[in-house]
Amino acid sequence: MNAETQVVTPKTVDLAASFEESGVAEVLRELDEALVGLAPVKQRIRETAALLLVDRARRQLGLATETPTLHMSFTGNPGTGKTTVALRIADLLHRLGYVRKGHLVTVTRDDLVGQYIGHTAPKTKEVLKKAMGGVLFIDEAYYLYRPENERDYGQEAIEILLQVMENNRDDLVVVLAGYADRMDRFFASNPGFRSRIAHHIEFPDYSDGELGRISETMLAEQNYVFDEGGKRAMTEYIGKRRAQPHFANARSIRNALDRARLRQANRLFETSSGPLDATALSTITEADIRASRVFLGGLDVDRAQDERA
Amino acid sequence: MRLRQGQFSFLPDLTDDDIRVQAQYAIDNGWAVSVEYTDDPHPRNSYWEMWGHPMFDNRDAAAAVYEVNECRKQHGSKYIRVLAFDATHGWESIRMSFIVNRPAEEPGFRVVRQEGEGRQIRYTIESYAVREPEGARYA
Repeated sequence: MNAETQVVTPKTVDLAASFEESGVAEVLRELDEALVGLAPVKQRIRETAALLLVDRARRQLGLATETPTLHMSFTGNPGTGKTTVALRIADLLHRLGYVRKGHLVTVTRDDLVGQYIGHTAPKTKEVLKKAMGGVLFIDEAYYLYRPENERDYGQEAIEILLQVMENNRDDLVVVLAGYADRMDRFFASNPGFRSRIAHHIEFPDYSDGELGRISETMLAEQNYVFDEGGKRAMTEYIGKRRAQPHFANARSIRNALDRARLRQANRLFETSSGPLDATALSTITEADIRASRVFLGGLDVDRAQDERA
Repeated sequence: MRLRQGQFSFLPDLTDDDIRVQAQYAIDNGWAVSVEYTDDPHPRNSYWEMWGHPMFDNRDAAAAVYEVNECRKQHGSKYIRVLAFDATHGWESIRMSFIVNRPAEEPGFRVVRQEGEGRQIRYTIESYAVREPEGARYA
């Protein structure tokens, strides 16, 4: 009898062991390797993981705890890795046992808000049900609230969200994401959200060096490499692109690389006469990058020329 | 008289946790879970009212329990059942069905005898509940 009760509530727990065994260590390691930069974000995730591990250990010892509030908000400029991190968080929470399935459901205003009276509630509930057991990621969450139109149905979606975030805390974790300034305004006009979200994580912009490394990782994933000149051109490209409008951090880099691949393919078609080896097929050269209109001053220059023509 | 229809009807009432485990079993098998309610418990009444759509792309049973509880709020005095629909080719039918909510009073059924030609007797059953008009049953 005595032995039995001891099995149920052990006297001590080994945090390091449960850290390894739960697979959290692995997720954090992957996070470190897969994501360049984002030091403050990684720090916050590590802290959150520590809190959850300790919480779980306390529960094993029979110390009463309420499920911690896990809803989060990610603020940062476009292309800073908010969705990617949300995926990792879902995995992390799943391994710690705070969500049962660990899938990520990504939605925007359109998926939550209906078009006519009575349409919003079922739509929002449907999405919430889909996300149960996982993480609901609401991108550009501030669009839910439109103060300029008092009959906007977004408010209804917000109310249902808040209710489910409060009552079904064990069933799903909600992550709100968006640009910092607009999210601040959103939270200011919806105090209910701010108080129900425990973790506010800021995503900083990437530095030029980090974007350079990201571009190399992205190419490596698709079995491409820069040659020396290509790398230099890319560094210069990043510096110039940042100063131009609609700069979206890693997303801009991805788009630039996609276009570079297109130009590389064209170049190979036009210039090559003999057989090509694997190196030629997978090398991005200086010319592929330099042909970008970013070096000519960006989109606006093109438009100006169009108008003159 | 306690209504015995579908699975688990000889067991005590299922708790929310029991419902969740059973619904999760269905989901893990790829079946779509849905919730239905009725106030006509005749065994041949196979078409109950649907409470929302079948949940085809939910991965976690918490949604099913959530819907059962939503249904209870509005139809707490009626029968509510959870179904699991198997859409795979060749099955295309219900694989699981169990009652998760019952009225406080279940008056049961009576035998109705109809005298036919040549003193022949036809038997059928009728729920005492359906003598009341729809909506007023089990009130």
